[in-house]
Amino acid sequence: MPLTIEKMPGQEDRVILSMGPQHPATHGVLRLVLELEGETVRRALFDIGYLHTGFEKSFEAKTYTQCLTLTDRMDYLAPLSNNLGFCLAVEKLLDLEVPPRAQWIRVLLTELTRLQSHLVWLGSHAIDLGAMSMFLYCFREREDILHIFEMVSGQRMMTSYFRVGGVALEPPLGWLKRVDAFLRRFPERLEEYETLLTKNPIWRRRTVGIGKISAADGIAWGLSGPPLRASGVKWDVRKSDPYSSYDKFDFNIPTRPEGDVYARYLVRLDEMRESLKIVRQALEGMPEGRTIAKAPHTVLPDREAMKTSIEALIYHFKIVTEGFHPPVGEVYRTIESPRGELGFYIVSDGSPRPFRCHVRAPSFANLQALPKMIEGHLIADVVACIGSIDFILGEVDR
Amino acid sequence: MTNLEANPVLQKLRGFAPEAIQDIQNFRGELTISIVARDLRRICEFLREAPGLSFRFLSDLTAVDHYPNEPRFEMVYHLFSIENSSRLSLKTQVGGTDPKVDSLVPVWPSANAFEREVFDLFGIRFEGHPDLRRILLPEDWEGHPLRKDYPTEGFR
Repeated sequence: MPLTIEKMPGQEDRVILSMGPQHPATHGVLRLVLELEGETVRRALFDIGYLHTGFEKSFEAKTYTQCLTLTDRMDYLAPLSNNLGFCLAVEKLLDLEVPPRAQWIRVLLTELTRLQSHLVWLGSHAIDLGAMSMFLYCFREREDILHIFEMVSGQRMMTSYFRVGGVALEPPLGWLKRVDAFLRRFPERLEEYETLLTKNPIWRRRTVGIGKISAADGIAWGLSGPPLRASGVKWDVRKSDPYSSYDKFDFNIPTRPEGDVYARYLVRLDEMRESLKIVRQALEGMPEGRTIAKAPHTVLPDREAMKTSIEALIYHFKIVTEGFHPPVGEVYRTIESPRGELGFYIVSDGSPRPFRCHVRAPSFANLQALPKMIEGHLIADVVACIGSIDFILGEVDR
Repeated sequence: MTNLEANPVLQKLRGFAPEAIQDIQNFRGELTISIVARDLRRICEFLREAPGLSFRFLSDLTAVDHYPNEPRFEMVYHLFSIENSSRLSLKTQVGGTDPKVDSLVPVWPSANAFEREVFDLFGIRFEGHPDLRRILLPEDWEGHPLRKDYPTEGFR
């Protein structure tokens, strides 16, 4: 029996509408059950799980290195952020220091991830509200970023490029030139987007004052990331709990007081500008040195060492066939993914496979605020609110 | 250890409910306090409201299955205070026969979906939860996949 809403006595004229799971504006397979009075939403329930693939169970059967490839597939628009969250949690468990060059590469790539994720959000959010051309422009720029990902990792989307202890490979020559070219081109494009939307009266009519949520409600309902900052809460994990040397970068946390769909739009646009600043700093200050930590028990040895030293060969064999053994303990590490606070909770029993690995998916928590935002609004605004939270169903369902 | 005793969160909690604290762990700079399940909701309300603590944000809530040991389950709560940028982990033990624990929805509304997820995947009941249904799996699913005695390939 699929999820539904029972109508209250005396409200028989209300309509129960099932929106999704196959609806183009639900960004994946989300089903909403709406109780409508005319065109106004009175009550809303969400029905999820259509993409549930049991990642958390799979984690328990895989070594830490194998687990990494699963993290890409959760939030498929921000694979590198997920890689980073997982690697940081395992590194915390191991108490492993990552070389500066690897940290800078990680920062650069995760900020590009934020940009490309926000570009997909902007394009699809705009097309949901009728601004067709935005979609094409955003995907044009996103492709540039995906080319950079392909250049360093060999993959456009499922990169799995970070490793416990650093990054998988030294990036190819000339990749920084490519990043530089993108940085020169992009600010202008961002202005173009603004000319299409920010002062556009249709866009403003569809977004200003829609889906309002207060800061207190946002915190109570577990909202994090850009939607919470658009309600005036100045909280960003990159500042409150810096990781990967974010404390050495100069950037601001954009906030807005309004808490509506338009504010979320403005916050994300400002965030893209801040990300550009961070990428520029990472590019110019990129240190030299190793791209992965020297930790023979955990990190695979260099190819050269493996072929010349019997010790390195033994470690290589052990790590590949068995995996590395972290100490007994448990850690919880969060990062600021493009969607909000992404957390990895890992329990280790000392074996090469996590005893338990739980993912605090920002989309899952943010989705809970959706009924709060849409109740009392028109059914057309539901689409605007869904777009403004920017959740990824792969991550919601895991 | 002296370091840990000076921790303001621990001091305040000691002052509020000294008998409820079972164990204190400090691993990689993370403070984890194990408390008695009976006092869970009372302590969480205190942690949320007490001046200087204000853990208003429930970051995460999940469970761990220690099958075949007893008490079998462990509930883990990760709290965050936006004002103080501080984190705290709370733990409580739940027995394996008829596992149940107080719901924290009255304290943090955001616990709603997280508790439904734990109910769905571990089969732990939350008393006082307004809408305890499966969330990820179909309603007629048998068993709770994240339990350790549930095979990875599923039941055949």
